[in-house]
Amino acid sequence: MSAKKLASLGFVILVALGPAMLNAQSTVSYTSVTEQRLLNPEPQNWLMYRGSFNGWGYSPLDQVTPANVKKLVPVWTFSTGVNEGHQSPPIVNNGVMFVTTPQQQVIALNAKTGDLIWRYKKDLPEDLLQLHPTNRGVALLGDRVYMATVDAHVIALDARTGAVVWDTTVEDYKKGYYFTLAPLIAKGKVMVGTSGGELGIRGYIAALDAADGKPAWKTYTIPGPGEPGHDTWPGETWKTGGVSVWLTAHYDPDLNLSFWGTGNAAPWMGDMRPGDNLYSSSVLALDVDTGKIRGYHQYHWNDSWDWDEVSTPLLIDFPKDGRTVKGLVHPGRNGYLWRLERRADGIKFVDARPFVTQEVFTKLDPVTGRPSYNEERKPRAGASVTFCPGLWGGKDWTPASYNPKTKYLYIPANENLCSTLVGQAKPDPYEPGKLYLGIDRPKTTMSWRQGASHIGELQAWDMTTGQRVWTHKFPFQNWGPILTTGGGLVFLGGTNDRNFWAFDAKTGAELWKFKTNSGITGVPSSFAIDGVQYIAVQSGWGVDAQRMQARLDTFRGTKTEVPQGGVIWVFALKD
Amino acid sequence: MGLALPLAGLVAAQDDPRRKARPQPNDRLVFARGDRQGQPIMLADLPAGGPLLTAYPMDPTAKVVRDDSRLNQILLVRLDPSRLNGDTRERAADGVVAYSAVCTHTGCDTWDWQPESSTIKCPCHFSEFDLKESARVMNGPAPRRLPALPLKVVDGALAVAGGFVGRPGFEAGG
Ligand code: FES
Repeated sequence: MSAKKLASLGFVILVALGPAMLNAQSTVSYTSVTEQRLLNPEPQNWLMYRGSFNGWGYSPLDQVTPANVKKLVPVWTFSTGVNEGHQSPPIVNNGVMFVTTPQQQVIALNAKTGDLIWRYKKDLPEDLLQLHPTNRGVALLGDRVYMATVDAHVIALDARTGAVVWDTTVEDYKKGYYFTLAPLIAKGKVMVGTSGGELGIRGYIAALDAADGKPAWKTYTIPGPGEPGHDTWPGETWKTGGVSVWLTAHYDPDLNLSFWGTGNAAPWMGDMRPGDNLYSSSVLALDVDTGKIRGYHQYHWNDSWDWDEVSTPLLIDFPKDGRTVKGLVHPGRNGYLWRLERRADGIKFVDARPFVTQEVFTKLDPVTGRPSYNEERKPRAGASVTFCPGLWGGKDWTPASYNPKTKYLYIPANENLCSTLVGQAKPDPYEPGKLYLGIDRPKTTMSWRQGASHIGELQAWDMTTGQRVWTHKFPFQNWGPILTTGGGLVFLGGTNDRNFWAFDAKTGAELWKFKTNSGITGVPSSFAIDGVQYIAVQSGWGVDAQRMQARLDTFRGTKTEVPQGGVIWVFALKD
Repeated sequence: MGLALPLAGLVAAQDDPRRKARPQPNDRLVFARGDRQGQPIMLADLPAGGPLLTAYPMDPTAKVVRDDSRLNQILLVRLDPSRLNGDTRERAADGVVAYSAVCTHTGCDTWDWQPESSTIKCPCHFSEFDLKESARVMNGPAPRRLPALPLKVVDGALAVAGGFVGRPGFEAGG
């Protein structure tokens, strides 16, 4: 492809050879990551964002069990040297760990000893705006490590040295585009989706060639003129309609489809862009070879609550009416637990029910799942509207988890929270790279439902029956991504008391907790070296967990101090 | 032919280093946006007690607006001079105070004005700054105050008396 053609696609490519910021203190041999290994990750490894393409966040390792988890102790820690939200999982390939941090570092460590192998730190532009100062992790292929950055680059690093192999500028960060997600890698492509829905972007998913960073395809999450669904946006609203992609897609190799969760439409008030606003607050099925949209399901139309449906549905097969449904399961920010069917010809609604108190939907169409709304609870221009769950929803980006032994889905939920949004009479004019919300910001508040006894919940739902089986309640909010293990445990952080928690996967009994340096919103992972099972997580409070804390403190008249600063924690059983 | 010249002119304007340079002494302040974008801001344009105005500096002789860096955005508001602390009063012109409009946390540049307290709140992660007291951080994750910009009045128009006190923008840290 000619340079001119590349430029017309909006990509700039820079090939930088030679070492980046290196600090080699430990050397360890590196095992190449083949596509075959990604399809069938070994139990001792954690090779991608959620451990496997089905998105379960499940490790088959079973050395740590409900019977011995009380003997879990830290074996090493590592300070990342930065503040803000540390949300990425420790990704481990045969003894080498890769962690990303806010301010776009990749840290490679000896996973057994905690010794530093190398550290890459991106030089960020001084005029960058970071609404979400975070990074959600690397992807691995061959001898390379891939990262999507907050200034809208995708970078390939040499896994052994941290040297930059290629650096592609996917978009101009000055227009409000950025990346927070870990890339998805399949069939030689590095796939990423853009953030920036609060800055009036037009979201898209892009694939680059893993070998050289050249663009392969690009699919907008808002259809352009002539494309199906374009007429769900009035006038020019599609150009600045948001619809971000915040998290890594899951992938079904049999169908050759990747499944992407999409964010809210912009600006926030639905009556500023009347229509369904496809494909906002949806799941999109994209062919990984071509980027073609093969199907979608929109969880709720004309979003007006900032309910991004950011999480990617988990690929879980479940029984329903005497047959096995190849499913997509999504605990939504809109507070409903959605079960869909993934098929070669599209996505079909199966069922949905609320998992937190939801006062907005009046009913769902039994065939399509399309909700009807209580219009009183739908924020709009020039009015003040209170709704529950609030704008962070029943569950935000923090990934749910599925354990194939218990057949339970574990949801990190927030119950009893409500938001009040006041719509501007007319949105402030769009300006590239500036907030584009359409709300009277100072009047935005958060509250909790009268008589509420708690906020955070860890819920377990039996996928064979579709029923909830247990709930653990936390007094305050839960922002904990979940890991579940073959040993029968559920791990998460998420609470403002800095704890890392372990629960019995079957019964929900609280078995263990450990106070770390900061609040944990990192994705936990598990791996094994020389026959020892490790549990790893980053602690480092920030971004939305911190924002919600500020809102709650304003509402309650309190001041809660959750210390900042990132640390990687690795635990194992004490002999 | 008619098209070629203006395009070339545009490219030259984009690369003009004067448009990227930080505010210089004697620069005039002009409206950053709105109907009067690019026009000089007069003292009379700032009512006592707010609201906030956003400005860019302009080279007074060449009339080049320094709007090619987000970090040149300047917040202006007129406060009661008797309520300003010493440093702030010295830098103010007839009660008008000026600060970098880019949050020192992670770089947002949209602000919510709180007139009762003469403070501003960043909607991105809720840092609050006291504009009466050199933009001291009152709440939130911002690590340091907003750099102040000393002002003067020249022929009724607002002008820069000295460079930013501190570096505008966020710091990646670590
Ligand atoms: S950018 Fe202002 S508080 Fe974060």
